[in-house]
Amino acid sequence: MPRYLSLVRIDENNAPAEGPSPELMQRMGELIEEITKAGVMLDTAGLTPSAQGRRVHWEGGQLSVTDGPFTESKEVVGGYALMQCKDMAEAIEWTKRFLKTHEEHWTVTCEVREIAEG
Amino acid sequence: MEHQPAVTPSGADGIVETIFRIESPRIIAGVTRVVRDVGIAEELAQDALVAALEQWPRDGVPDNPGAWLMATAKHRAIDLVRRRERYARKLEEIGRDLETTVPFEEPSDPDDIDDDLLRLVFTACHPVLSAEARIALTLRLLGGLTTPEIARAFLAPEPTIAQRIVRAKRTLATKGVPFEVPYGPDREARLGSVLEVIYLVFNEGYAATAGDDLLRPALCEEALRLGRVLAELMPKEPEVHGLVALLELQESRAAARTGPSGVPVLLRDQNRRRWNRLLIRRGFAALARANAVSTGAPGPYALQAAIAASHAQAYTYEDTDWRQIATLYGLLAARSPSPVVELNRAVAVSMTDGPGPALAIVDTLAAEPALRDYHLLPSVRGDLLARLGRTREARAEFERAADLARNERERDLLRARAEECR
Repeated sequence: MPRYLSLVRIDENNAPAEGPSPELMQRMGELIEEITKAGVMLDTAGLTPSAQGRRVHWEGGQLSVTDGPFTESKEVVGGYALMQCKDMAEAIEWTKRFLKTHEEHWTVTCEVREIAEG
Repeated sequence: MEHQPAVTPSGADGIVETIFRIESPRIIAGVTRVVRDVGIAEELAQDALVAALEQWPRDGVPDNPGAWLMATAKHRAIDLVRRRERYARKLEEIGRDLETTVPFEEPSDPDDIDDDLLRLVFTACHPVLSAEARIALTLRLLGGLTTPEIARAFLAPEPTIAQRIVRAKRTLATKGVPFEVPYGPDREARLGSVLEVIYLVFNEGYAATAGDDLLRPALCEEALRLGRVLAELMPKEPEVHGLVALLELQESRAAARTGPSGVPVLLRDQNRRRWNRLLIRRGFAALARANAVSTGAPGPYALQAAIAASHAQAYTYEDTDWRQIATLYGLLAARSPSPVVELNRAVAVSMTDGPGPALAIVDTLAAEPALRDYHLLPSVRGDLLARLGRTREARAEFERAADLARNERERDLLRARAEECR
């Protein structure tokens, strides 16, 4: 049973300024509980805004550190879910349910990637 | 291979089946509460799947597909129960009695789904069924595995497994096993029966040779998933968390247990960087939960998990705290004595007090009928004799162990050890 990492990407420049509504947090909390009860969720978390983040870059044998926010990226990772599912189709179904907890004015992309084993 | 980004429309092939697989344990559980028969419940759940396969591709996937499937299946269940009641009344009118009438129950509200699921767990793992039947039924109803998948995982012919499942359902019906979670004096034994099923499924996968069929090692993950589900359904049961902790920790070593060509790698020789840290952390968390809700001494699963945790804490084999492990095996032997536990205790003792005292323990097991065909007894004994410099005796033990080993690759390993004793 493979593990999948769902990277939740949002466009920080066009995300709702007031952040997630209490109703959204409630629906998301209920869904995460459901995914956990299904024995699927291994770990999940939301990240603080990229303004508080830093990028450490390695190129040509040189290190450089850049402070956030990372405005040049259209979408940045805002959270993740690590799930163990029977197959990609199951991971996608849970991901769709996660996205559907958001109101219509949200634009969110989940990039679902299988974790390489062995 | 698809390289163009393709947007998959809703209702495409396979989506219905995927949703059904996710939802089916809960649907079967919810419907069993109405019809009181897991066999009939499973058929009604299948009917709901057929309805979805007909309607969703045409009308789109409903907003809450799980609720749709549940409502459809329960609707049919209630119809069935009403038909039965009418039939029973008709028989009564003409002065005859029906053997079984099922009382009609209002369908449960969504909060009761967990309770129904737990009832289904206890029903599928009921001790009136043999361990084999419990395993097959649990994988089918709660793991969502198909009969061919179960057959392949257990290296059994498909008709055998199909028969086993049919008979198990019939036994539950004829013995009138109630659809309930036990709270009486037999609760502990009944829970033990559930935990045993999950443990046996895990071991079936764990003992399997890696690489010949992926479905066998996959049983470890099925068992782990069932354990994780149960831990959420019964958060106050320390032994449930103990079992989950044990399985998480055992599974954390999966990638290191076999070499490139599938040769088993002993704990001593495993590359510990390949141990999965996430699963180790989850194992520790489950063990902490077990201790937090425990009111008495730790149970056998929690003790075995503590032993596995002790190994997981050692970054190198040399760092292993054998004294702690020997103590834990001592507690385990006192709590649930078994020759296998004693054999493992001997290994730990050999690491703290040397091969001599360990051999004394092993020699008390020589006449154990339970270990007569157990290849690890001569294997451990051979190891102790080799360390004591008694190579000729060691060699004979390794050869005996090789003859008993049921796994081809393990056999090669033991033959190689015998060769070293020249």
